[in-house]
Amino acid sequence: MAQLTGAQIIWESLVKEGVEVIFGYPGGAILPTYDAMLDYPIHHVLTRHEQGATHAADGYARASGKVGAVIVTSGPGATNTVTGLATAMLDSSPIVCITGQVGSSVLGSDAFQEVDVTGITLPITKHNYLVTRADDIARTIHEAFYIAKSGRPGPVLVDITKDAQNAKTEFVYPTQVEMHKRHEHLLSESQLKRAAEMIDQAERPVILAGHGVLISGAMRQLRDLAEKTQTPVALTLLGIGVFPREHPLCLGMMGMHGEAYANRAVQAADLVIGIGMRFDDRVTGNLKTYSPHSKKIHIEIDRSEIAKNVHVDLPLVGDAAGVMDQLIPLVSAQQRHNWIEQIDEWADDTRARDILKRDASGKLLPPHVIGDLWQATGGDAIVVSDVGQNQMWEAQYYRHSAPRSLITSGGLGTMGFALPAAMGVKFARPEAEVWVVAGDGGFQMTAAELQTIQQESLKINIAILNNGFLGMVRQWQEFFYQRRYAATPITSPDFVKLADAHGIAGIRVTKREDVIPAIQTARDHPGSMLIDFRVESEESVYPMVPAGADLHAMIRRPVEAS
Amino acid sequence: MKHTLVALVEDKPGVLNRVASLFRRRSFNIESLTVGHTHEPNVSRMTIVVDTELTAPHLVEANLLKLVNVIDVHDVSNAPTVMRDLALIKVQADAGSRAEIAQLADIFRAKIVDVAPDSVMVEVTGDEDKIDGLVELLRPRGIIEMVRTGQVAMVRGAVSANGNGNGNGQ
Ligand SMILES: Cc1ncc(C[n+]2csc(CCOP(=O)(O)OP(=O)(O)O)c2C)c(N)n1
Repeated sequence: MAQLTGAQIIWESLVKEGVEVIFGYPGGAILPTYDAMLDYPIHHVLTRHEQGATHAADGYARASGKVGAVIVTSGPGATNTVTGLATAMLDSSPIVCITGQVGSSVLGSDAFQEVDVTGITLPITKHNYLVTRADDIARTIHEAFYIAKSGRPGPVLVDITKDAQNAKTEFVYPTQVEMHKRHEHLLSESQLKRAAEMIDQAERPVILAGHGVLISGAMRQLRDLAEKTQTPVALTLLGIGVFPREHPLCLGMMGMHGEAYANRAVQAADLVIGIGMRFDDRVTGNLKTYSPHSKKIHIEIDRSEIAKNVHVDLPLVGDAAGVMDQLIPLVSAQQRHNWIEQIDEWADDTRARDILKRDASGKLLPPHVIGDLWQATGGDAIVVSDVGQNQMWEAQYYRHSAPRSLITSGGLGTMGFALPAAMGVKFARPEAEVWVVAGDGGFQMTAAELQTIQQESLKINIAILNNGFLGMVRQWQEFFYQRRYAATPITSPDFVKLADAHGIAGIRVTKREDVIPAIQTARDHPGSMLIDFRVESEESVYPMVPAGADLHAMIRRPVEAS
Repeated sequence: MKHTLVALVEDKPGVLNRVASLFRRRSFNIESLTVGHTHEPNVSRMTIVVDTELTAPHLVEANLLKLVNVIDVHDVSNAPTVMRDLALIKVQADAGSRAEIAQLADIFRAKIVDVAPDSVMVEVTGDEDKIDGLVELLRPRGIIEMVRTGQVAMVRGAVSANGNGNGNGQ
């Protein structure tokens, strides 16, 4: 059997795992592996910062459902991945991150560019490994990919010492993963029957669908369950896309910036069915007053999420699709006219306040930009949003109908996520129309990746909602800190010139009537294009449930104001 | 109320750190945690006691099971269980008081394991209450130092924590 170096084994293993593209940045401790890379059919994307590499791999994973791959050097290269790993961890996104490490003989000696990366990333990875022998590389990488994508997915880090990369050994790729089997909690007939009874008997049920539905691929089951039992569906931010926004039973997003009528429905419900979601504080508001009249069924693969935040009357632990497959035949078909009409009545109020119907009287309002983007793209784009107001407006006004069509950092809320993540999205779905929606603040955090886009000749459209503020923080200051705008006014470079400097086309839009033409120009342009939307600077996201407040205590957009 | 969990974990570097890090990160309040070898090579056993007022034991169990190096977890609180804690207690004692301490120790089936001119060392094994009882009686005599191992637990009868879930997966 031929002897391979550890470095070669890393690439052999990645090829075996089906990796086609890897995002990374070289350096001393990973040099042997970079040297070996040239002999393997994996495309390496040199991002401009290791954080960008992790977000790109994350975007790739979220857009494809496959595992994203990252490779970086030790020390500062490794610490730069921390934000990206934490982002992937909080959003259950499967990535495998390979970090170079100093030689095993000097481990623990504070050698040049040595950092205890397995220690640092312990709480922000699903699992991590320190590999000091070439013999262990293949098995570890195989396990890492398995762990990243199985059960509730998440990031896995593999730290490999330089001597392990250099050492030679036989390469045998494992065909099995040797892991401890968990005793499966099979759902009992009686649990499922009880769930069906609860659903049958409910008068005001609501389904809360989250990212778990997407991960499980349970979109059809969700639809069947909702339609058969005529149960309205509210979505978490990461659940957007698992149930079509235009479906008559879709209530849109719930929670802090959710639809007011969705939140009202949750508060008035007598049964809440959480599916692949975790009752996050952004979704529940004050737990003490959260959906006070409802019984709760929780369909969730991660047992540690059951009864973590809210009391659950009936947990159904398992994969969302599998659980619903068993449940759907047991529930009876229902009509719930009263309940649905009631919610629709509440929605009237939202329609009355809808800013899209208002004349902006010459101002460029961010919701209008998003609404126009939705129209101009026919709702068919993949939108990668950043964090802040832009993210919430995107979630509210881009009416997503397809799974994986919104990619955003939910749990960690990582500013600077969108641009690098969009690169991964484009690699995963080259045929798709990809749009970045970002604020002027977040965009500047990772704007250096414009050059990566250029180097890779990617076609990505970028919409910056440029309001001259760290808008979401400014909004909190407006509402809760007497408009004391501490450190939220922010200047920006001329984004059009910045794009130009990177070899990317840019245009500026200041008027509503120019929005759709600009979007069309970007769509028709063969290369990437950036649009600097100079939007109203002090517009706020409505409705808003203040942090920790009751879900029904929403700050609404004034009816009269324009 | 107290709940006792028994966890079987891989005997590998860093595993205790992973468990401790989990407890810290989740703000789990752990009364006691002990680790030791089992009869199987590469398998360690942890006994974890949780105060249910502060920490929900099902969350401890479910989170432990998410750690890749954890083989299995059992909540043995409702099973008939033998629980043991071991303490070494060094007490001030001169020739005059030594006999009295020995007598006390005898009642608790404890042993005097070291005698020095001014002190004795008592070794006692038992459940927590028994050891607490002896400590309280010795305290007025001047405890110089004390160490307790923390509790270990084992279910009575021919069942084994190692028996379940210890196979190799897929
Ligand atoms: C890395 C990071 N730092 C700080 C924050 C806190 N934060 C949340 S939203 C926000 C403002 C974002 O401003 P901008 O990117 O301009 O977007 P806008 O809200 O104006 O749409 C800030 C600072 C964060 N989420 N992420």
